[in-house]
Amino acid sequence: MSELIQHGINALILGGTYALLGIGLTLIFGIMKLVNFTHGELYAFGAYMAYMAVMVLGLNFYASLVLAVMLGAVLGGLIEFVLLRRLRGADIDTTMLVMIGAWIALQNAEQLTWTGVAKSIDTPFPATPLVLGPVSISYNRLFVFVVALGLIGATYALINRTKLGMAMRATFQDRDTAALMGVNIDTIYTATFALGSALASAAGALLGPVFVVYPSMGDLASLKAFAIVVLGGLGSIPGATIGGFILAFVEELGAGYISSGYRDGMGFLLIMAILLIKPTGLFAQKERIG
Amino acid sequence: MQLRPISFGIAALAAALFGGQASAQDTIKIGVTQPLTGAVAAAGNYVVQGAKVAAEQINAAGGVLGKKVELLIEDNKSNPTEAVATVEKLIVKDKAPVLMGAWSSTFTLAVMPKLEEYKVPMVVETSSSGKITTSGNPYIFRISPTSEMEAKAFGKVVKSYNIKKADFLSVNNDWGRGSADEFSKMMKENGIAVGTIEYMDPKATDLSAQIAKIKSSGGDTLILTTSVEQITLVLKQAKDQQLPHKIISTGGSASPDQLIQQAGEAANGSYHLVFFAPWFPDMLTYPEVGKKFAADWVKMGFNPAGLTEGFRGYDGILTVVAGIKAAGKADPEAIREGLWKVKAQGLNGDITFIKQGPAGKESGQNVPNVYVIKIDGGKVTKS
Repeated sequence: MSELIQHGINALILGGTYALLGIGLTLIFGIMKLVNFTHGELYAFGAYMAYMAVMVLGLNFYASLVLAVMLGAVLGGLIEFVLLRRLRGADIDTTMLVMIGAWIALQNAEQLTWTGVAKSIDTPFPATPLVLGPVSISYNRLFVFVVALGLIGATYALINRTKLGMAMRATFQDRDTAALMGVNIDTIYTATFALGSALASAAGALLGPVFVVYPSMGDLASLKAFAIVVLGGLGSIPGATIGGFILAFVEELGAGYISSGYRDGMGFLLIMAILLIKPTGLFAQKERIG
Repeated sequence: MQLRPISFGIAALAAALFGGQASAQDTIKIGVTQPLTGAVAAAGNYVVQGAKVAAEQINAAGGVLGKKVELLIEDNKSNPTEAVATVEKLIVKDKAPVLMGAWSSTFTLAVMPKLEEYKVPMVVETSSSGKITTSGNPYIFRISPTSEMEAKAFGKVVKSYNIKKADFLSVNNDWGRGSADEFSKMMKENGIAVGTIEYMDPKATDLSAQIAKIKSSGGDTLILTTSVEQITLVLKQAKDQQLPHKIISTGGSASPDQLIQQAGEAANGSYHLVFFAPWFPDMLTYPEVGKKFAADWVKMGFNPAGLTEGFRGYDGILTVVAGIKAAGKADPEAIREGLWKVKAQGLNGDITFIKQGPAGKESGQNVPNVYVIKIDGGKVTKS
């Protein structure tokens, strides 16, 4: 029983960060109709920026996280402004190739700057975990979970309660009509990409101290984010949130009770099953016709 | 354009001085394929640095067969398909008569058919999957221990660790699975119960599910086989979940100094099997070789945490060069013959090859030393 509770807590905490990764990617996909291969690299970028701020510059831990998220937003905005704006209306293959190129360039730049040796980030949290009977959890992971939930909530509020959010939703529904209603599509695209990148960067900055930071860390994050987005339905934020938690629970319980060697396989088996039954994913909004 | 006669002049002068062969062909090429980017890049870079220290020392002492040694280093990108491409390039385009590589057992197994196809020998410096030397590839000469040898070496001292029940956590590849098989076999032979055997993807970072399961198995020792990055993660996450197990890492890739740096307190109390002990030169067969290597490593500006991995590259190049020397010429077939006669004094100890695999197609296998160290109070101590 205590093992089951421990698995449950592990999955809940992992799910929070999966959801955060998924939301960023699904936003970009939904609004820009763009397959963003740099998502994982923004995750790694956030982790490296947190490393630089905490371990190299010696800044306060919490301030470093904020800085990393802001820098992630700036980098995301730059990628949109420099690369994607020029490709507006281009073939989907062209855009995909450019994004794959950006992914490779970013990852190699990380390796060039920081070398292949993994880095670790010191935290202000106590090294001994919080122990509740037979179950234990580290303070750092608890912190990550709470902040992830906060960021997910803030993203919801931004999309549903602000004027920028309304413009984003309008662009999502129909780009051309939104433009006719006076929405500046270029600004919305840059803002969307920056927001999605900031969320990926936040996930990296939060998880960097929990795990270790290394150049290829983004690959796995990217893969998971894609899985979550497909599971939840392309472009659906609630779908990505719930998809993140579902994937975490399936992986954790699958690894715990079936086979840890096939941990990643479990998640993908589930996705295949769901797509067979509901090809649009769990929560996709209906495609607009015409 | 005006410079051209001058460079001709220099070339002519050089030709006169060095016996008329002053060109790139004046070196003996050694092809090196290592993971310099990707999941296990840190280790691959250390191995290459060790190889460079060896080449530097060998060239400073006059090279081999009167020629300088030249390392041709290719990045296999932590990927078996890329590993095959690097080997093909090194042999076909660069005409390297002998290779060293390819770090992971998975990469080494992937390139082996190419060695047979082109008939070029390769010294294997890290891989420990048993299959590499038992599958009948006569171009393989391995200096690193097989998992079976490592398990046997540890089996001789296992009684002193008071293990009642051992659980396993291994990386899910040829190395991790082979190691879990051999160590669990050894444990059973010594009357130790084997609990749960768990695997993890080489790229996985969240290992909490595996650790929760291991915790509930009720064992007292965890045998851990993976790269230093994942060892760091396991140590940290084991502490988070208060895993009561004594953790022992196998495979020699633990880089204890890096673990102390990155896992901090969580590294204390863990044991590691290593194949080179730079902290205790007196434990080595040839302490002087070890001291000189460590000094040159630092002099060349490399990270001291990489010594335990970098030694593999050093011993590898030492072995290759000894093979070339025994061959008397830089020809693949002659070097293959020469490698059988190698008697080198490496960082790990004596390097010499015994035959393994089916008769007539044997691979060379060295019998290396294995050391056990413990991390205690943020320091490496003798176990």
